[in-house]
Amino acid sequence: MVKYLLRYFAVFMVLGLLWKGAALLTGGEVLPHPEDAFAAFGRALGTKPFWIDFASSSYRAVTAMALAWGVAFPLGLVMGSSKRVDGILAPFVFLTYPIPKIVLLPVFLLLFGLGDLSKICMIALILGYQVLVTTRDGVRAIHPKYYDSIRSLGGTPRHILLEVLVPAALPHGFTALRLGTGVAVAVLFFVESFATQHGLGYRIMDAWGRMDYLNMFTGILGMSLLGAVLYEAANFLEKHICRWMTAGHK
Amino acid sequence: MLKAESLCKRYSDTGAVLENVSFELASNETLAVVGPSGCGKTTLLYILAGLIQSNCGQVTLDGSPISESRFDVSIILQDYGLLPWKNIVENVALGLKIRGVPWRERILRASVQLEELGICGREKDFPANLSGGEQQRVAIARAFVSDPRLMLLDEPFSSLDALTREKLQRTMLKVWEKKRVPYVLVTHSLEEAVFLGRKILVLSGRPACPVACFDNPGFGEHDYRNTEVYYDRLRDLRRIVEAAW
Repeated sequence: MVKYLLRYFAVFMVLGLLWKGAALLTGGEVLPHPEDAFAAFGRALGTKPFWIDFASSSYRAVTAMALAWGVAFPLGLVMGSSKRVDGILAPFVFLTYPIPKIVLLPVFLLLFGLGDLSKICMIALILGYQVLVTTRDGVRAIHPKYYDSIRSLGGTPRHILLEVLVPAALPHGFTALRLGTGVAVAVLFFVESFATQHGLGYRIMDAWGRMDYLNMFTGILGMSLLGAVLYEAANFLEKHICRWMTAGHK
Repeated sequence: MLKAESLCKRYSDTGAVLENVSFELASNETLAVVGPSGCGKTTLLYILAGLIQSNCGQVTLDGSPISESRFDVSIILQDYGLLPWKNIVENVALGLKIRGVPWRERILRASVQLEELGICGREKDFPANLSGGEQQRVAIARAFVSDPRLMLLDEPFSSLDALTREKLQRTMLKVWEKKRVPYVLVTHSLEEAVFLGRKILVLSGRPACPVACFDNPGFGEHDYRNTEVYYDRLRDLRRIVEAAW
């Protein structure tokens, strides 16, 4: 744990030094000095508006991730394990996969209104594709010997689902979720630029419009913190639920 | 008694795999099936397990046909068939779980079986933490824990080093002597067939059909591997195999 935190700290220091160099080169106005930005961020941590923005963004991101995983993981299991279902759904998935889903945001705003629902659905849709495709491919890659193992013990399709498909697919689902945290935060920033008055994305865009660059960086650092927390949460879940993944590596 | 009558299997893409395979195995006997690699030994075993259906012929165990996988037949797969996401005791207890045995009882039975096979204090480890020999012991424990009426072994020791293989073969015999469960072992190792088979069935190359089936009365004797009888039997088997393969 200490080693892990030290690694984070080292990365933080290197990025801070690069930032400092860039701030010195640009004069420190548009790109504030890191010590000023961190001081402003520290002050913001003690204010209610910052935490309202942080909570709004967290709520949207976490709900969207849960929705994406809750729908896409079981669907990936079904598609990966049933050739018939995969034959029907795969063309739809792979034809629509390359479409940049973010362009549908106006449609989502019209369909689901200006509130949180449209933003959550937008993030969930983008993230859901990643979870779906990764889970489906993970299930398809399961070695047949594991099915034989269950069937040789008298197992039924229900046992195959619970004892093989779900546990074998879980690491793939979690990997997609973990990698998806970056995408989720990026989309979150974009969707919070519209029709909202709360959220870190809103804070960034609002401060940018007012040329309040320290406040803008407070939003950026807040979003980085949110991304790191989501990533580590997904990492923690994966490590604790998929403990066998690290077996044999000691 | 296990009875296989005129079994044949043909796949649309690879053609005939088995042709007219028949044998009988009494309830206190063991059978070693030898054949060249890829001849269809595993297919035969899967048919005996009810995991795949033959195109003709039938398999009966104590008079009732084996048409699908069932609880009283245990199979040890070529690369152990342990699930990497389950710890050792859960892997051993898996068959019992599928049969609906309560948690406490199945964990107890699995632990006792593991102890019998010399795996103690590692119940919570995952298969990846074990050596090949230990994984094989776990697979044997899993096969025996559900008190099967028939055991099927698919080249169970093929990926182990020579000493571990011999050690596990002795362990296998020791457990068998205690439980007296008939087993069918498929192998391409002639030494293994002579050491572990009370009867030995020699199959030809693909499509596999029986070339010879003979008794091995010395099987199970103390220190059998170091006796003249063992080497005589091995020489006989080698002669048959060299002519057939």
